[in-house]
Amino acid sequence: MRFRRTRLNLVTLFLWLLGGSIIAVSIVGSILTIATGRYSIDAWESFLVAGIALGSVYALIAMGYTLVYGILFMINFAHGEVFMWGTFTAYFAATGLSDAGMMDANPVLAMILVLATAMLVSMVIAVLLERIAYRPLRGAPRLVPLITAIGASLFLQYTARGFYGSGVRAYPESNLFAGSFALGPLAMTVKQAIVIGAAIAMMVALYLFIERTRTGRAMRAVAEDKDVAAMMGIDVNRIIVITFAIGGLLAGAAGILYVQIFNQVHFFMGFLPGIKAFTAAVLGGIGNVIGAAVGGFILGILEQVGPNLILTGFNIPAPNQLKDVIAFTVLVLVLIFRPNGIFGRKEDS
Amino acid sequence: MDRTLRRALTIGGLASAANVHVSLVGMVITFQTRDFIADVITLGSVMPLLIAMVAGWLAGRPDKATAGTPSAATVIVGGALAGAVAGAVLAGLAFLIGVVDLQSVLVNASSRLVEALQFGQGATIGTLLLVGGSAAVGAMGAALHVLPSLLARAVTIGLSTTLGFTLMEPFISAVLRNLSLDVVERLIFAGGGLTPLGFVLVFLVSAGIAYAWGRRGHVARERVAAMPEDRQRTMKLIAFALIGVLLLALPQIVGQRLSEVLTTVGIYVLLGLGLNIVVGFAGLLDLGYVAFYAVGAYVTAILTSPVSPLFNPQLSFWAALPFVIVAAAFIGLMVGTPVLRLRGDYLAIVTLGFGEIARIIFLSEWAKPIAGGAQGILSVPPPLPFSRDPQIIYYPILFFCVLAALGAVSLASSRVGRAWNAMREDESVAEATGVSTVKYKLLAFGLGAAFGCLSGALFAAKIGTIFPNSFDILVSINALSLIILGGMGNIFGVVLGAFVLVGLPELLREFSEFRLLLYGAVLVAMMILRPEGLLPSRSRRAELHERADDDEEIYDADAGVDTGRPVVTT
Repeated sequence: MRFRRTRLNLVTLFLWLLGGSIIAVSIVGSILTIATGRYSIDAWESFLVAGIALGSVYALIAMGYTLVYGILFMINFAHGEVFMWGTFTAYFAATGLSDAGMMDANPVLAMILVLATAMLVSMVIAVLLERIAYRPLRGAPRLVPLITAIGASLFLQYTARGFYGSGVRAYPESNLFAGSFALGPLAMTVKQAIVIGAAIAMMVALYLFIERTRTGRAMRAVAEDKDVAAMMGIDVNRIIVITFAIGGLLAGAAGILYVQIFNQVHFFMGFLPGIKAFTAAVLGGIGNVIGAAVGGFILGILEQVGPNLILTGFNIPAPNQLKDVIAFTVLVLVLIFRPNGIFGRKEDS
Repeated sequence: MDRTLRRALTIGGLASAANVHVSLVGMVITFQTRDFIADVITLGSVMPLLIAMVAGWLAGRPDKATAGTPSAATVIVGGALAGAVAGAVLAGLAFLIGVVDLQSVLVNASSRLVEALQFGQGATIGTLLLVGGSAAVGAMGAALHVLPSLLARAVTIGLSTTLGFTLMEPFISAVLRNLSLDVVERLIFAGGGLTPLGFVLVFLVSAGIAYAWGRRGHVARERVAAMPEDRQRTMKLIAFALIGVLLLALPQIVGQRLSEVLTTVGIYVLLGLGLNIVVGFAGLLDLGYVAFYAVGAYVTAILTSPVSPLFNPQLSFWAALPFVIVAAAFIGLMVGTPVLRLRGDYLAIVTLGFGEIARIIFLSEWAKPIAGGAQGILSVPPPLPFSRDPQIIYYPILFFCVLAALGAVSLASSRVGRAWNAMREDESVAEATGVSTVKYKLLAFGLGAAFGCLSGALFAAKIGTIFPNSFDILVSINALSLIILGGMGNIFGVVLGAFVLVGLPELLREFSEFRLLLYGAVLVAMMILRPEGLLPSRSRRAELHERADDDEEIYDADAGVDTGRPVVTT
């Protein structure tokens, strides 16, 4: 019998130990938490629903990352700012409509107007971003567009601060979404239901667009191979612009859903959701639309349920302060053990 | 003519976008409080004119596509047109603000902005002044192409110097007073802007020097080049000795307030040198560099402060340093190991995550018993025998900067530096030729962490009180911007970058609000126009330009190969 020689690599060992201990800690923590019985079943259910709602927003933003990455192989670091610009601008539309009494008189139309504003502004910003900052750099070494994206992100953030002011502003509530109801065993607010429903509807629409339309097919072709696609008569530049535009539209919509949950806008609001959505995209396998959706939901649920489930058992005070640590730890673990994400193709590694 | 016209209009359009941007973002109003020439024009009103001038210059640039040189008149008219467009759009904005109330949305669209844009002369005259003035300076900008190049350069330098003098007025006058040159100070400055005479003097002197150097400078340079080798070396040594003496005397020359700025710059130089090892030498884009800085500061604070919670051995700064270095090595490995196998952009995001994790943990209730939570840690002692006086603590910071710079220089030219070079240019080829990428990546992270922690330790000792919020992502971004502006991989570039990006905003309080906006603009502009930085290392420049020459296609045909070609699969 021949033994296959495997060289025990110190680095691999360290990584497995690290991953193993984090997973062990999570399991022990969860068991301890459940043993304390601090939260009732209802509480867990509400964490879960909140997680799904948040996750659907992350998933929508993650679409923008994943589409762009699929085509240009670059992380559009400024995508969080695209999200912020649409939302912040729509805030003014929302307060304007609210002051005019339209939010109460015709809430559906008002909501559609606000949503359209956000999506339109985000789309314009995304397209301008591509045209001004990214297009001149196609073919540059990989770090160059990434650094540009970081610069563009700062520029957009602080332009918004200069234009709209640095304060945190409260988003006007719409009484259209008041109340709550039970969906089977899960109790949820109308707001959460709308957020989840709208996000899923948009993602399904995107999926159908990519799968069923001519433009969608062109997008897939460009993602597969730009040169061959160009030879087949596809206008690559046009497809890239369309990709950025779609990412922007979805980010704007995600912004309006996001403020339904958090009720406030400020110039820095794009940073964390942007990073989280990127994490979601990586989690699902970047470049993969369904993967990004699943990644978003997983991340949202982990963020809402995780701190309470894992950390409460260790008697850590204020576990929710550490929820971002959990999100980032998940990112690191996924990249170490499945660099291509959950739905990434194996041969890509 | 048609082409020139179209170009002038396009550039005018872009310049008006820039004009509207600086107006609405609040820069014009902020600079409105300062005079350029006392009682004549404010800095805020100068800003749109400056943009118009640049627009004129751009519009007048020789057009590669058309054969032959256009007549001087065409060039100047084109510049004037570009300037006029920029001015007219801005005048339109001012008019719009006067008619419609935009301020509920755009906080800076106020009557003060209108006043600044109309030079305080009311609507009619103001609009005429703005459009006419913009056209005039646009023509002047274009005329720079018509003038002999030496003269054009002298004029540009003269104008920039006057602008620099006004911006730096408080500090230049402080230095002049410190050197008891009150007479000069009163001659140039009116206590808020240059005096008209000062403007003329500063312009003439700086333009004169620039002109003289342009005509005679090459003679001096040739003379040095013709010297025998040993004399050249002596001259270099003398130059270094002079720089050394200058650095030692600097705090005494510039006084208290500027020394404070110098210490901040020093801390960022150290930070930049460390990040330069990771990003510039080894090519690993670390966006969580602040984690190292924070760990250094916290370890120092916990070990030295008498009031640090839970554990306070009250060591001196110097006794704590070895522990800081140990902590640095540890944290470098902790951050470095998990990211060993990640590609460039994933690495960036993961390290960014590490940076955030560090801040969140230092901020959390959980770590409060050790790190003090949001209240931070108070009364960190200065590095005795040096006191916290900026003119004194400057010296230990300078010492560490020089040490770090020497270390970085010798690393760059060593075997390790070459291994990093190879790794940065092509990881798989480096691996194949026997460079242990694991070892050298960890070494880069370890050394980067050591520099970062040292910088954090000095920061804690200098500032005396540390809060978790001093360690946010912006520190990483600052450090990254300064090495990119200066030139990745080059030590002098780091120093220059730190002075420009950290020193200048500290000096110009008006700027501090727009600091990050400018960083963003600088990053984008540098990447598009000059990715190798202002003072690039030779190999870096070669790398970036060789790649650009190779890829003449619109998009990178190799992208799919080295990224593993993930595609949109549904």
